Amino acid sequence: MTDTIEVQGLVKRYAGKAVVDDVSFTVREGEFFGLLGPNGAGKTTTLEMIEGLRRPDAGSVVLLGEAPWPRNPRLLPRIGVQLQATAFFDRLTAREQLSTFGSLYDAPAGRVDEMLELVGLADKAGTQAEKLSGGQSQRLSIACALVHDPDVVFLDEPTAALDPQARRNLWDLLREINGRGKTVVLTTHYMDEAEILCDRVAIIDEGRILRMGPPADLVRGLSAPTRISVERAALGLDDARSLPGAESAEQDATSTVITSRTPAPVLAALAERDALAGLQVRGATLEDVFLELTGRAYRA
Amino acid sequence: MSSVIGSETSPTDTGDVPVTATPEGRRPRFSSNAFRSLAVAMWKGFVRDRAAVFFTLFFPLFFIIIFGTVFTDGGTAKGKIALVGDVSVIQQLPPDAKAAIDKTLELKTGLTRDEALHELRKDDLDGVLEQHGNRLELKVSNGDQVGAATVQGVLGSVVDSTNIAVTGQQPRYTLSSSSVQDESLKAIQYVTPGMIGYGIAVGATFGAATTLVEWRKRKVLRRLRLAPVPTSSIVTSRVAVSLAIALFQLAVFVGVGMVLGLRLTGSWYMAVPLTLCGTLAFLSIGLFCGSVATSSEAAVGMANLITLPMGFLSGAFIPLEAAPGWIQAIAKVLPMGWLVQGLKDTMVRGEGPAAAILPMLLTLGFAAVVTLIATRFFSWEDS
Repeated sequence: MTDTIEVQGLVKRYAGKAVVDDVSFTVREGEFFGLLGPNGAGKTTTLEMIEGLRRPDAGSVVLLGEAPWPRNPRLLPRIGVQLQATAFFDRLTAREQLSTFGSLYDAPAGRVDEMLELVGLADKAGTQAEKLSGGQSQRLSIACALVHDPDVVFLDEPTAALDPQARRNLWDLLREINGRGKTVVLTTHYMDEAEILCDRVAIIDEGRILRMGPPADLVRGLSAPTRISVERAALGLDDARSLPGAESAEQDATSTVITSRTPAPVLAALAERDALAGLQVRGATLEDVFLELTGRAYRA
Repeated sequence: MSSVIGSETSPTDTGDVPVTATPEGRRPRFSSNAFRSLAVAMWKGFVRDRAAVFFTLFFPLFFIIIFGTVFTDGGTAKGKIALVGDVSVIQQLPPDAKAAIDKTLELKTGLTRDEALHELRKDDLDGVLEQHGNRLELKVSNGDQVGAATVQGVLGSVVDSTNIAVTGQQPRYTLSSSSVQDESLKAIQYVTPGMIGYGIAVGATFGAATTLVEWRKRKVLRRLRLAPVPTSSIVTSRVAVSLAIALFQLAVFVGVGMVLGLRLTGSWYMAVPLTLCGTLAFLSIGLFCGSVATSSEAAVGMANLITLPMGFLSGAFIPLEAAPGWIQAIAKVLPMGWLVQGLKDTMVRGEGPAAAILPMLLTLGFAAVVTLIATRFFSWEDS
């Protein structure tokens, strides 16, 4: 099977400092791949080298079987890159933006309405891009990246600075795009986003890939304990400690919290005692994996 | 999973798919489709930008209207002289000769000698004329030497022709003169070419500078580089839009000027190629400002700093003929100076089409040199 993207030993230095330091990964056709890391981790620079916007100092990129650097016109119609939500022509309406970008690729005119429909901006077609809300212009910029029906879509922090509704709205859109068979590469610093959207993620920090795999595997590999909490009145502290599989237990003003690496027998025992009032079970998340890998040192 | 760290030289396993391409054939070909849609996008962006439309169209238009309506009688004011006592030589002139004098001199009578001399000292009069027998005595003020000279010349010729008339001989030589410029010499004749020059300078310089800075800052340039569009399509579409805007300005300014009394002379049509060449020169200035500046505020400031003084030093606002010599000298080395000069020569001074050739060559040469300099500063992205 041919990989859509093959990155080998990629290095990019600025002023002697490696911003991307020996990064290697592959993305399969139709995969939803995430580069996850804090701001300044090197995600964007990695993406730019794959897109052919920057020349790697070392290493190689093969995108759809071709070298993206130097600017490769054969590759350009096959990739869609979503940039900041401000990369629009001045004072053009949503429809005009799409038809202008579309004509750069000789895309059929019908694509414009199709794209407006896909990103839910059909009713904003006549609105100038400057007057769209944050979420709307983000969706328009994604539509502009898709107007020529590319095989691979690159999205650089598409949900940054969006409110929770707009984020979830956009997630649905991104899943829809991936569902149409597009290979999607996404950078994000939101753990929940990567966990929900991506088939596989690479956790990247200070220019290096720390861990890579499906989010569920990464979380499982952490073997972090599960926290089970019930209402304080339902279960006393001593009872909690004596439950099968319980490692430790503590109480606060409202609840009793049991920590366990084998949550199944704990839950069974709780059910037996009819002590499930206010039950909450919280497993480890990608965030825990990330904190485990990078430490908790405060970053500005 | 093939994330083998540190295997920089390991061969790629893409089989027979070529991973390297020859540099030949890598450049996207010029696309008329892309050219057209980019030009339409830029045109729409311009006409929807109220500030840009104001400064390229209405601002110069205001100048044309103000100068064209306020300073309608061009030429200098008539010389004023007072006739003290009985000055029969003048007063008994035949009516046609009297009418000719009235064109250049305003004759006041009824003042006493002292009153007249007092007004002359205050420069309210240009001369005081008395007749003693066959001798005419003219007193002038040194305060207004041009006015004094005019008065002396006119009266001198009146005396001469009266002397000839008294001898009863036909004059052997006659002088008939007419102005090579349009006779009216109205301010509108000078303001319109000047404002065409200034207007297209502002339009082209600001258009290129702000588009370049804004597109770079907002990553539109990056987006275009990610599309299979050659640079030539992007550049030519910007040039085409600026040329179209300039021709539109030319049509509007000349149209309004003509309503206000502008009279075009023989080879006025040369204003069209002159305007196009001038626009290229100002586009190159805009390209330079847009390449050097990192924010649109800085670009606008730079463009202002260049176009505004250039407008004053090139005779766009004030007639160069009345300006000090050093300004006239500077105007000779500025593209707007060449342009305004060429426009005036062909549009209102009645010179032939050849008068436009040198300004066109100079502006084109300027455009080429400045473009070359600007490309050294140009970058697709903010660093």
